[in-house]
This record gives sequence, C-alpha cells and structure tokens, in this order.
Amino acid sequence: MTVPGTWYLTVAAVLFTIGAVGLLIRRNVLVMFMCVELMLNAVNLTFVTFSGMLNDIGGQAIVFFVMVVAAAEVVIGLGIIVAIFRRRTDATADDLHMLKG
Amino acid sequence: MIHAAWLIPACPLVGFTLLVLAGRKLGDPIAGWLGTLATAGAFLFTVLTFAGLIGRAAGNRTFVQLLYNWVPVGGFKIDAALQIDPLSITMALFVTGVGTLIHLYAIGYMKGDPRYPRFFVYLNLFVFSMLTLVLANNFLVMFLGWEGVGTCSYLLVSFWFERESAASAGKKAFVTNRVGDWGFMMGMFLVFSHFGSLTFVDVLNSAAVGHISQGTATWICLAFFLGVCGKSAQLPLFVWLPDAMEGPTPVSALIHAATMVTAGVYLLCRINPLLAHAPDAQVTIAIVGAATAFFAATVACAQDDIKRVLAYSTISQLGYMVMAIGCGAYVAGLFHMVTHAFFKACLFLCAGSVIHGMHDQQDMKKMGALAKWMPITAATFAVAWLSIAGIPPFSGFWSKDDILAGAWAFHGDLGKVLWFVGFLTAGLTAYYMSRQVALVFLGKARWGADAHANEHGGAEHAEHADPHESPWQMWIPLVVLAGLALVGGLLNLPYKPLDLMEKWLDPVVGAASNVRHISHAGKAISAIATTALCLIGVGAGLRIWTSSATHDGLEPSFLRRAWMIDWLYAQTIEKPGLLLANFSSTVVDKGIIDGAVNGVATLVRGSGARLRKLQTGYVRNYALGIAAGAVVMIAYVVMRAS
Repeated sequence: MTVPGTWYLTVAAVLFTIGAVGLLIRRNVLVMFMCVELMLNAVNLTFVTFSGMLNDIGGQAIVFFVMVVAAAEVVIGLGIIVAIFRRRTDATADDLHMLKG
Repeated sequence: MIHAAWLIPACPLVGFTLLVLAGRKLGDPIAGWLGTLATAGAFLFTVLTFAGLIGRAAGNRTFVQLLYNWVPVGGFKIDAALQIDPLSITMALFVTGVGTLIHLYAIGYMKGDPRYPRFFVYLNLFVFSMLTLVLANNFLVMFLGWEGVGTCSYLLVSFWFERESAASAGKKAFVTNRVGDWGFMMGMFLVFSHFGSLTFVDVLNSAAVGHISQGTATWICLAFFLGVCGKSAQLPLFVWLPDAMEGPTPVSALIHAATMVTAGVYLLCRINPLLAHAPDAQVTIAIVGAATAFFAATVACAQDDIKRVLAYSTISQLGYMVMAIGCGAYVAGLFHMVTHAFFKACLFLCAGSVIHGMHDQQDMKKMGALAKWMPITAATFAVAWLSIAGIPPFSGFWSKDDILAGAWAFHGDLGKVLWFVGFLTAGLTAYYMSRQVALVFLGKARWGADAHANEHGGAEHAEHADPHESPWQMWIPLVVLAGLALVGGLLNLPYKPLDLMEKWLDPVVGAASNVRHISHAGKAISAIATTALCLIGVGAGLRIWTSSATHDGLEPSFLRRAWMIDWLYAQTIEKPGLLLANFSSTVVDKGIIDGAVNGVATLVRGSGARLRKLQTGYVRNYALGIAAGAVVMIAYVVMRAS
C-alpha cells in the first residue's frame, strides 16, 4: 500500500507551521535556528512529494540546492551564534537589538 | 605699396605678442621702446598705404585686402579682410601717428611703475584693436575691434587697480559700454536681416541705391547710434568718461581723447549711406550731439581736477562731432576729429606733464604760476588751448567753424538752433579752457611749502616740492602735437582748392553729405561771430581766474556734480537695482530656493524619523513581518486562482 501524497503534504505543512510558530515565539537563538531548519526541511519534503506526484525530477534537484544552501547557512549562522555566546552567556534574541532604528 | 596694408595691424600685434612673452624680462624702459617701435611701424606702413592710395584715381580708392575666410557658414560669409579707403586710412593715420607719440610719452611717464611692461602690453593691444576697428571691411570684424578697444579701455582705466576708485571706474566704463554694445549688436542684426550681409561694400552700396525703406534705415541708425553714445560718451551714456580719468594720463590722452572715443563718430561716418535714408535718425543724432556739447561744456566750467576738465571738454567736443554728422557735415566732423586728436592729446599730455611735475597733484586749485617752472609744457599747452578755444589761425578754429557752418546749413529752423547751441558752446569752451590755463599756469603759486605743510603736515614733501619740467621723452610728443595743433587747419581750409580733406573724403561720404553749402559771406559772418565770442570767453576766463582761484558763485554745485546725472542714475537705476537684488537675495533665494531645498530635506528627515520605528531590532518582529507578508501573498494568489 502506498501512502497518498496528501499525507506527506499534511506532514510538511504541520512541520512548517511548527517551525514558523517556534521561530516567532521562542527567544532562544539556538532554538529559533532549529525552527528555521525545520521549515526548510518541511519545504524540502513538499518538493520531493510534488516531484513524485507529478513525475518531475526537477523538484528533487531543487532539494539538493536547498540542502547545500542550508548547509552553508548553518555554518554561518552557527558561527554567528557561537560568536554571540562568547561575548554574553544568557543572550536571547531580544537582547540582540543593536540594529534598532 | 597698398598691398602692405595687412602690416598695419600686424605691427602692434607682433609688439603685443613679444611684450606678453618677454615684457617682464625686457623691463623698464626697453619694453616701452619695443611698444613704441611697434606702433611707429604701424604708422610707417599706414603712410606707405596712404601714399599708395593717393597714387590711385579718386574714384578707385577703395581697396579690400582679404586675409582669410573667417566664417563660411552656408550663405553667411564673413571674411577677415581690410578695407582701405580714404576714410579708414585717415583714421589709421592719426590713430597710429598720435599713438606713436603717446607711446613715446608713456616711456617717460610710466617710468618706475611696478607694472611698466604690462602697460605697454595693453597699449599695443589697444592700438591693434583700434586698427581692427578702423580697417575692418565688415560690421562683425569691426565689432571685434569695438569690443577689443572696450576691453583695453577697461584694463587701462583700472590699471592702478589697488585704488578702489580706479577699479570701480574701470567697471563703470565697461558696464556703461555694454549698453552701447547692445545697440551695436541690434544694429548688426537688423542690417543682416535686411541686407543678408555684413560686409560694408554690399550693405552700403545696396543702401546707396535705395534698397531700404526709411523706417528700417531709421531703426538701424538709431541702434548703431546707441552704440555710438556708449563709445563716444554722448548723453545719456557719457557718465563713464569722466571717471575713466582714473587711468594713467597717457591712456586718457590716447584712448579717452584722441582715438577710442572717436570710434563712434567713425562708425556714423562709415554708415553714411544708411543715414542718408534716415532723416529722423539724423535729427536725433544732431540734437543729442548738440545737447551733449553744451551740457559737457557747462560742467567743465566748474571742475577742479585738471583731468576732469579735459574729460568733460572731450565729451563736449565729441558732441560737436556727432552734431556735425547729424547735420550731414561728415567732412567737418572728421576734420574736427583729427584736429581734436591733436590738440586734446596735447592738452592731456601736458596735464600729465603737470601732474608728473607736481608730484601727482591733480587739483588745479593747488597749482598756479607753473609757466615759470615748466616752460615747455606751458608753451605747448598754450598752443593747444588757443586751438581748442577756436582762435584763428589755430587748427580748432577751422574745424569748429566748419561744423558751425554745417549746422547752419541743416534744414529749417533746427539748423539755426543747433548753430546757436554750438556757438554758445564755443564761447564756453574758450572760457573753461582759459580758466584752466589761468589756474594752472598763471596767477599766484598755491602749491608752496606752506600749502604742502598744511596738506600733508610733512617735511618729506618739502624737499621735492618744487615742480620740474619733464624728461625729453615726454616733452617731444608735446612739441610735435602742439605743432600739429597749430597747423592742423591746413588739412581742410575753406577755400577751394585748399579743401584737401573735403576732396580726399568725397568718394566715401560725398554722396550723403549735406549739399546745401552756405555762402562764403555766411560762413565768414558765422566765423567772425564765433571768434568774437571765443575772444570774450578767453578774456573773461583769464581775467577772472588769474586774480583769484575761488569764485564760488561761478562754480555752483549743480555744475560741479555734472547736472546731478550720476545722482539721477543712482536714484533711478542703482537704487531699484539694489532693491531688486535685495529682494532676490532675501525673498527669492533665501525664501523660495533655499526653502524648497530645506523643505525637501525636512520632509525626508521627518518621514525617516517615523519610518525607522519599524526597524525594532527584534528578530521576531521581522520574522512575523515576513510570515505575514507570505500569508498575504499566498492568500492573494489563491484568491485569484479561484
């Protein structure tokens, strides 16, 4: 028995929502970062699903790009976060508002 | 020989170039001699050309020498070319002749000046420009010379620019002349739009055969006459000339008495075929000339500065010439221009010699009895004085008389009125020149050690208080010019066949001249009456001013201040001009222009201050914004799709 495509899409939507809400309501930078990853992977999941449903290899190809970009983003993002934690121990995202207008 | 004409303007141009490049190295006095040599060369070539011209038949004395095609634009062609004809060569002769003498004089006069070479640079440039003006064969090249002499006049009037008054006098001369130049340009535009050419031969021949309406000719002549008013210092644009006396005296003699200011009269003579078609313009010109002559003569009676008297006298004599042109007596006007160049240059140079000898004293009230100390200057001044006063047989008598006869022959009662004004002016001229002679050379010395002690309270003046005669470079030109002033009348005696100038200029101005000559008896009566009045003027001037130097009743402040015309201009032009400038500085500039600029800046800053509140610095806010935006966009796409 095959799992219908809509299920995957539902899972992806749920994951995306969890990620988005997590990003909006959490203060911990590291957690917010994981939420972003969650959203990215939710999108990857929809790409793969649609690729299977529509018999189009393009969706899977794009996923590779997304993963590469995500990997690069993780490297930079984690680098920034480590740099921030070196300066202050208990920083939340709201403490980092030096760029306020 | 006539083909050497191009060398006439080339000489001072070469002199100018050499002096610009090497003047400072040559220094005092070699730079001066170089400048003099260049002008003398021009004079030599003018004489050669003149001789060549005399060799030709009277009807064949117009010779155009093409130098190169200057502006070939479609149908519009302007050549850089010289027109050699009796009129232009007459001008060139006295410009270069008097110019050479004045250059020689300046070698002595400017000695020790820190900018000695530069003075001769300007002077040679002036002679070149003047020759361009005179020898041009079309209006545009003439205009080039016209502007060139204006520029040199500006540079030379404010030659001692450290003095505030000299700097502003130069500015005044320049600005006033711009008004006249506008007239000249308008005249040129009108000529071009009517004739389609700016070349004298084309335009004037076409006008001579009547290819022009009276209205057009009148407007052209009036436009050019505005230019003449500026350059030749006629009412109402004369105001710059008295102030131009701030320049060194050789400049006053060369530019502001003998040559440049006569450029206007030359222009009027040049366009005589046009004037012949514009009787209204002629009447205007004659009236303005007569009014200027009389006005300036009255003002000259009440001036204290030795050069200002001569400046107003120049204006007055120029008025005479312009009046003659207006009356159609072209030859008389040109004749007077030549004799005036002799005696007025002589007077100015004498005045310079006096100023030099008196250690830069210009106030005649502080002179007196100088004849004893400066015999050569006094003798030459006396010749020029009798000449300008119209005493026979000096040159001024003959030329002035010709003009008065021409005015008498002018049509209707107007001619008689003009004659009477000229007659009165002749008397006034004799009076104020005698006043000057009495104040400067006769009477009691008012410049003694006491006067100096009172004035400057210094012993430093006492040691060189005595006036002295000038060096030979200065008095030789005086003697030559005085000689010319004495015998200049021979150029055009009113007896056939001795009317040399009349015959000489006939091919150029003959057709347009005032043909109704008056009888010999009439001429004689006019001459006798004028001479009698002049003698009375001389007698009165000498008697009154030799005995005492103060007669307040004879010098009303109205005349001292030149009929308040400067004041009038200050009230009617300067004041509204200042108000307008103030208005545009405070209201237009500060209010409107700065207001607009500052307004835009304030708007940007204000909106920036409000917009920057969006930039909270909280990542969640931005994330919320992104999420909300994404939701809205997706919602929009979905709604559209369904």
